[in-house]
Amino acid sequence: MSINFKNELYRGIVTENPIFRIVLGMCPTLATSTSAMNALGMGVSVIAVLTCSNMVISMLRNVIPDKVRIPAFIVVIATFVTVVDLLIAAFIPPLYEALGIFIPLIVVNCIILGRAEAYAAKNPVLPSIVDGIVMGIGFTLSLTMLGAMREFLSAGMIFGYAIAPFKHQFILMILAPGAFITLGLVLAGINFIQNKES
Amino acid sequence: METKDKKWIVGQGSHIYFPQDTSKIMFQVILALLPASAMAVYVFGFDALKVLLIGVISAVAVEALIQKYLMKTPVTIGDYSAALTGLLLALNLPASSPWWMVCIGSLISIGIGKLAYGGLGQNPFNPALVGRVALLIGFPALMTDWSVTGGYLSELYRKIPAEALTTATPLGFIKAYSGSNFTADLVAYFNSYSINLKTLFIGATSGSIGEVSELALLLGALYLIYKKVLNWEIPAAFIGTVGIIAMAAYYVKPQAMLLPHYHLFSGGLFLGALFMATDMVTSPFTFRGRIVFGIGCGVLTMLIRLYGGYPEGVSFAILLMNIFVPIIDIYIKPKRFGV
Repeated sequence: MSINFKNELYRGIVTENPIFRIVLGMCPTLATSTSAMNALGMGVSVIAVLTCSNMVISMLRNVIPDKVRIPAFIVVIATFVTVVDLLIAAFIPPLYEALGIFIPLIVVNCIILGRAEAYAAKNPVLPSIVDGIVMGIGFTLSLTMLGAMREFLSAGMIFGYAIAPFKHQFILMILAPGAFITLGLVLAGINFIQNKES
Repeated sequence: METKDKKWIVGQGSHIYFPQDTSKIMFQVILALLPASAMAVYVFGFDALKVLLIGVISAVAVEALIQKYLMKTPVTIGDYSAALTGLLLALNLPASSPWWMVCIGSLISIGIGKLAYGGLGQNPFNPALVGRVALLIGFPALMTDWSVTGGYLSELYRKIPAEALTTATPLGFIKAYSGSNFTADLVAYFNSYSINLKTLFIGATSGSIGEVSELALLLGALYLIYKKVLNWEIPAAFIGTVGIIAMAAYYVKPQAMLLPHYHLFSGGLFLGALFMATDMVTSPFTFRGRIVFGIGCGVLTMLIRLYGGYPEGVSFAILLMNIFVPIIDIYIKPKRFGV
């Protein structure tokens, strides 16, 4: 079974984009897209956890009894989340402080459990790893885009660089309502483009 | 409603023609807000006039631009509803608002509060309040900057060097120092201060542009109630509930509570209860539903004022009760005829 990585990548970023098309993992999406940097950090953590958990779950897919598969998946995912959690705490303390509880909460991220259930539990190891990578990249790109939009709309900055710095920060955009408004407008925009095409 | 569209008259029986349409209603409400606007210009000076004009113009412009270029639907600025939203938004802002903040408010009011839901009649929340609350959360410092540069109020401040009155509204001041050792002193100061019932009622306390003069607001609202554009149930239930809770709170703890008339006349209660809570689109259909809606608004307002993080809770209370309107309309139905 050969894998066309380019097609898979297109699937992860566009047709099955975890945030904008499948609309999974809303909790970290809304909470950690306060700035482009936080969003990127969260996205990379998710890529790491998703790839590793997809790999291990795919390896164990014939061993895990069907009735207890969800707890078994969670144990695997929690293991990798703990690894990522401790690594970030040790090497990138500012990011660890900014993301806070949302790193441990990757355990219950719907995207990761969703990919385990929908893909890794049914497919061989190599395609599962590729699926983890492309889905993670789709998640990271979407999340970073949202983070950059919110950071720009609140302070006129992207990744901490002043593009057009505001004299008065519009802090609504980095608070929860800003997350819902930005996500809603992006989803509306995507639907608008899709309706136009079809 | 276009009566020339004959296709719509389907049923048998008597039909009544009512010579009222959206643009007439909206125009009457704008007319009714003119006394309060005039009072605002008198109290705050040229700044208030500037904010009011920018509010109306930017709201109409945003509606026209979005409908023409983004939605590509017929432009409906002719029904005055965008102008009314802009006016209400401006009346909810401080006189010191910079022009760009008013424009952002209009964009959020019209763009997100109204058109994103499908336009007039589809919006679950009062659009002007959506804009105001977004600005209040987004620019907390600018939205509570009550400084004045002209008008009657600046004259008054020159005569009374009362620091408490130039820097904050009475409700804001009490909230800022709540829990501190000064609370009792401050309360005593406001409760004994000579700027009392009459001044608060007619105007001349700092606050948002439109909320200074309860008298002017009442005049406009009475005209609308007479014209049957506004209902009286929501304002009566809303203001009554706030009054009763404020009185009860005052008699339980007189040393820590402002006199009830501060709660009635110094905040945005009248503007909210008379012109925002009564919005036809976002309030219940039935008489009993409106009473429930008004009481809910009053209780939430006082909960936020007495226990919440913000000094003023009228706009949050109305938005929160707007969410309950569909459920109120489901459970409180008019008596069916002939059952």
